[in-house]
Amino acid sequence: MGLELYLDLLSQPCRALYIFARSNNIPFEFKRVQLSKGQHKTEEFRKVNVLMKVPALRDGSFTLAESIAILLYLVQKFKTPDHWYPSDLQKRARVDEYLCWQHANIRAKGSKLFIIKALLPLLTGQPLPPEKLEFATEELNVALKQFEEKFLQDKPFIAGSEVSLADLVALVELMQPVCAGYDLFQERPKLSEWRRRVEEAVGKQLFQEAHEEIMNIKNLTADQFAPEMMENFRQQLLKQY
Amino acid sequence: MGLELYLDLLSQPCRSIYIFARSNNIPFEFKHVELFKGPSNSEGAGKVSLLKKVPALKDGDFTLAECTAILLYLSRKYNTPDHWYPADIQQRARVDEYLSWHHANIRANAPKTMWIKVLIPLFTGQPLPSEKLQEVMEGLSTSLKQFEERFLQDKDFIIGSEISLADLVAIVELMQPVGVGCDIFEDRPRLREWRRRVEDAVGKELFFQAHEMILNIKELSNIQIDPQLKEQLAPVLMKMLK
Repeated sequence: MGLELYLDLLSQPCRALYIFARSNNIPFEFKRVQLSKGQHKTEEFRKVNVLMKVPALRDGSFTLAESIAILLYLVQKFKTPDHWYPSDLQKRARVDEYLCWQHANIRAKGSKLFIIKALLPLLTGQPLPPEKLEFATEELNVALKQFEEKFLQDKPFIAGSEVSLADLVALVELMQPVCAGYDLFQERPKLSEWRRRVEEAVGKQLFQEAHEEIMNIKNLTADQFAPEMMENFRQQLLKQY
Repeated sequence: MGLELYLDLLSQPCRSIYIFARSNNIPFEFKHVELFKGPSNSEGAGKVSLLKKVPALKDGDFTLAECTAILLYLSRKYNTPDHWYPADIQQRARVDEYLSWHHANIRANAPKTMWIKVLIPLFTGQPLPSEKLQEVMEGLSTSLKQFEERFLQDKDFIIGSEISLADLVAIVELMQPVGVGCDIFEDRPRLREWRRRVEDAVGKELFFQAHEMILNIKELSNIQIDPQLKEQLAPVLMKMLK
């Protein structure tokens, strides 16, 4: 049994893994775990990841969670081209720096805006509270400003002249609020250019394919959720947001 | 000019870097940044790190922020013993896995205990919001349960028989609630034992030295807070009360 990747492409970290593995021709079995159907809560999946989250990896008897850990594992195991995670000490540190910072910033704020805009109204049947949306948008804008000023600056990519894990992880996260209807690239030409470069570096077709489901999120209807999951998500999101 | 580390030991990530560097005899200049003294005092750190936060590293012309990035940079540059960040692919993956999970879990709630018990009352003059604290402690409890079941299990340390960056990053975060009087180790014997092992592995004296400030946090009430900083932080803290 070869490498298995447990993914739901609606999830940003899953897309980063999917794109990375496919872009580098890493052979793997795609194991679809549909969050809306509660497939992450099955006993079978629990054996792969007791934390019941995607993405997850199984390589023989070895299981691993957390997209960053899985990306680094694939880099090491399949000896992918150096630019993904440069061996140069300082360039590598730049990639690490972004991968660390993004958790509480781009990832957290991008997810929050996506959930408030796309999921909350759907799951609660209630209209979207405008102050909540405004606040979430402002928070994301602050993170985007820091991203442009501190991490990207005037370079083509975060680590310098070539694409790395940092750019891939960043872009898949930004696609989440974009697909919820917040076109954050519109008035940010530098960011748009960077997006174009990253898409080309991984392969435009692959990038589009990976984002097909999330791009259709507006068409997601309540009946596509398993009933128990609806209630589950609803409670979780109302508490958090 | 050698390695400079910009640190405030009240901050958990700063403590992990401080302990790691000292424990491995990495020569560095300790640049003390006092977070609560306000912008004028953080000038040095502000110039070093565009994010204007601690911890920050300056190595010649090279500057770096973010705890994990700094720890990994130091482990590679100074060739620290393998167990800190093992070369073995699966062991390393376990460390990476914990370091990633840490952000949205232990680090999401542990720091809030200090904000709620000490900083909010200090900065806003408002009494301690007990329901908020309960919420935070419940969140922390859930994370601790996952930590014990998934990451520590019955091993001595997260990756097995030796300490790694994962244990260090975890322990400094958990000392924050301890410092403000929420002793999360009290009813958790397995965690208590693990803490003892981590302290022994880095050196008890060094561990306590690094934690002296947070363990005497009540002294913070006597600190003169920069009025500008108070004005800046008060609205942020009030938002947290909601």
